Order: sequence, then C-alpha cells, then structure tokens
Amino acid sequence: MIEIRKLSKWYGDTAVLRDCDLSIRKGEVVVVCGPSGSGKSTLLQCINGLEPFQQGDVVVDGIHVARAGRALPRLRARLGMVFQRFELFPHLDVMDNLCLAQRRVLGRTQGASEDKARVLLDRVGLSEHAGKYPAQLSGGQQQRVAIARALCMDPICMLFDEPTSALDPEMIGEVLEVMNQLAADGMTMVVVTHEMGFAHRIAHRVVFMDGGRILEDTETAAFFSAPQTERARLFLSRILSH
Amino acid sequence: MDGFDFAVIRDSLPFVWQGFLFSAGLTLFATICGLAFGTLLALARLSGHIWLSLPATVYVNAMRSIPLVMVILWFFLALPLLTGKPVGAERSAFVTFAAFEAAYFSEILRAGILGIPRGQLQAAQALGLAPMQTFRYIVGPQAIRPMLPILLTQVIVLFQDTSLVYAIGAKDMLKAAEISGKNYNRPVEMYVFIGLLYFVICFGLSRLARGWSRGRFAA
Repeated sequence: MIEIRKLSKWYGDTAVLRDCDLSIRKGEVVVVCGPSGSGKSTLLQCINGLEPFQQGDVVVDGIHVARAGRALPRLRARLGMVFQRFELFPHLDVMDNLCLAQRRVLGRTQGASEDKARVLLDRVGLSEHAGKYPAQLSGGQQQRVAIARALCMDPICMLFDEPTSALDPEMIGEVLEVMNQLAADGMTMVVVTHEMGFAHRIAHRVVFMDGGRILEDTETAAFFSAPQTERARLFLSRILSH
Repeated sequence: MDGFDFAVIRDSLPFVWQGFLFSAGLTLFATICGLAFGTLLALARLSGHIWLSLPATVYVNAMRSIPLVMVILWFFLALPLLTGKPVGAERSAFVTFAAFEAAYFSEILRAGILGIPRGQLQAAQALGLAPMQTFRYIVGPQAIRPMLPILLTQVIVLFQDTSLVYAIGAKDMLKAAEISGKNYNRPVEMYVFIGLLYFVICFGLSRLARGWSRGRFAA
C-alpha cells in the first residue's frame, strides 16, 4: 500500500533522510522509533507530501507522491494524519472540526458529515463534547478528537506523528486505547512514537532509525528480544531502563 | 474678537455635515477597497512566486516611504494624464486613498497570516484542503480576529488623514469647517468645534477597538 524506495532528503548540505526503503502492506501496524532528530517525523511527512524530498520514490496506493501535482490534496485526504500537538482548528467547535474537510474535500452534505462525525465521536468516547471548542478540552480529549477528525475521511491508512508526546502521563492511556482499538479493527497504521510498551503489544513490525537511515526493520518480537544492530540495542536499553 | 459665538456652529451644521459625509465616505471606500487590494498584495507577497511577490513588495514599500500628501498630489496630477480627461479632486482622492491604504492594510494582513502556526497549515493540508480552501476556512478566520483592533486603529488614522485632501481642494469635514469659519468670520469657534468632532469620532472608534481586543476569542 505504501512503498518508499531510496528516499533521501537534505536541508541545504545536511542530509535528514538517506536511502530509506520501507514498504507497508494493508492492515499492517508499523512503529517507527529512534532518537530525536533521527528523521522519523520527516519520513512520515514525506508519505503524504507535507515534506518535499529530493531523491527516491514514495508511492501510495499506486500514486507517486512527488508527481501527484493537483491530485496531491485528494491523496492526502485518503491518508489520516495525527500530529504531536493535535492541531485542531481553534476557531471551530468539535463538530465543525470533524465536518469541514468531509464537506469541502469529499463533497459530503452537512447531514451526512454530521452523521459520520457523531459515529466517530462516539467511537473515541466524546459524544457529549460535539459543541465544545478545542480550548475547552483536555489534551487527551483533543488528541482523540484529532483521531476522529482523520477517521471521518475514511482513510486507507493512518499516520501518527508522536501522538502522545505532548500529553500528560495520565492522558496517554486514553489515546493509546483508541489506537489499540483502531489496530484491532484492521486499520493500516504507521506510528512514530517512543511508547515502547505500545509498540510491543500492537506493532507487527518495528522500524528503527538513526541519523536519517533506517537501521532496522524487524518483526516486533525479534526487535525487542534480539535487535540486530548495536545502536538499536543501546537505544532499547536506555529507553526501557526507566 | 468679543468672546465665543457658538451660534455659528449651529448655522454651519448642514455644511459641515456635507463635509463629514465626504470624509466618512472616503474612509469607508478606502477601507473596503484598501482591504480587498491589500489582501491581494499580502497573498502575492506570501505566494513564494517571485513574479507575484516582487512587484507587490516594491509597491508596498514605495507607498509606505512616501508622505501621503505627496501621493495625493501626484495622483491628482497624474490621473488626468492616464485617463485623458479631468478627474476632479473628490474622485482623485478616492482612488489615491484606496491605493495608499492597501499598502498599509497588506502589511497588517501579512503579519496576521504569518502569525498562524505552521501546524495549522499542515493539518489543513493533511485533510486534503487545497491552498485557497486552507486560506478561506483555516488561516483567514484565525488571522482576522487578532488583527481587528490593529485594522480599526489604521481606519482611525485613515479618517484623520482624509483631512489631507485640502492639498487638492476637496471639501472634507475640516475644509467645510474652515470655509464656514471664514464666511461667518468665526474661525476660532469652528476650529474648536471641528477639533472636538474629530476627537469624539476617533476616541469613540478607539474604544470600540479596545473592546474588540479584549474579545471573546479563547485560543
């Protein structure tokens, strides 16, 4: 469903991605981890064309992202994205946050959009909050609304960019629970995260990055029991020791 | 001069009212056209296309470096050359102010648009919104509220600046008061009165701007 081949990207002279290869099949949950600055988020944002890249190919559902041109917005609409800082639209209430793109991008009617929004708000456990503004919600609630907003577009794949990094510890659980449920329902997911417990339980594969390279792309159980590279072993020992 | 004679104010009211209508009309016209043109200038500067941003940047910086009185005079002298016939002081003033204010409004709008966090743009793009949709539904509505007090302050300055049309002999509020003062030989009373009038109007508008800046918008 997603094919990344020989992907490289530079900011000026600094390489942020080097020769990355990654392929994600339908229904797979892939966790991308690694130290900060390793290029995880950049890799994720190349998938839906939020970040341009200089070399290589990103193919989503048969469409080349770099050559999509005017078709890019339609392609993005089919990839749900969840951001570290939620990025709900502060001037719109929850219902309008969920309906805007359904109406303007997918051309759904107001009624159909609201029906869809209500189903998904219920799924993330926030039915009573439809009329509230983002500022009136907790971080965990905002992130769940953001997930519902992405799901409203009936995405073929969900991209999560450190979805719990900006949350208080006690709110992380409620967001991970929603993501667990999604994975259980068979959603294709690429998740950039430091939540190794979540990775261990949910991911089919773990991708480990450092210095813009993909160092490991391993079955979850194998990654945690016997990482192939010394760098990944060090990373795991550091992150699991506290 | 034997004390103040305020009867002159009452007698000249209809004439001053005409002047006020011109000043207010000029302000309103320059605000609406200036905002429309200013939005285009701001978008051109933010577009990232050199052939759009460069002319807009030159225009804005040129307008903002020249005193308004000079622009008023230039347009008054140059417009007839362009159109081939006399334009008249009033119409020339309308065109001049719209063109001049657009430069200032565009800078306010540009700052407001740049103030929207990058993440908001990414979120809109990730949902599949096209660039114009992103501007219309996400960036524009969020940028406008913090800008309102600054825009209104600019409108107040604009209303005061309309008095500069004296340079080309258009009859605004100040000019009307001056003429009345001369006709009745009571210039002091008229200048005091018209000064108060400017104060009341501008102070009233600035209170409105303050009310807005304390607005209801919880970010």
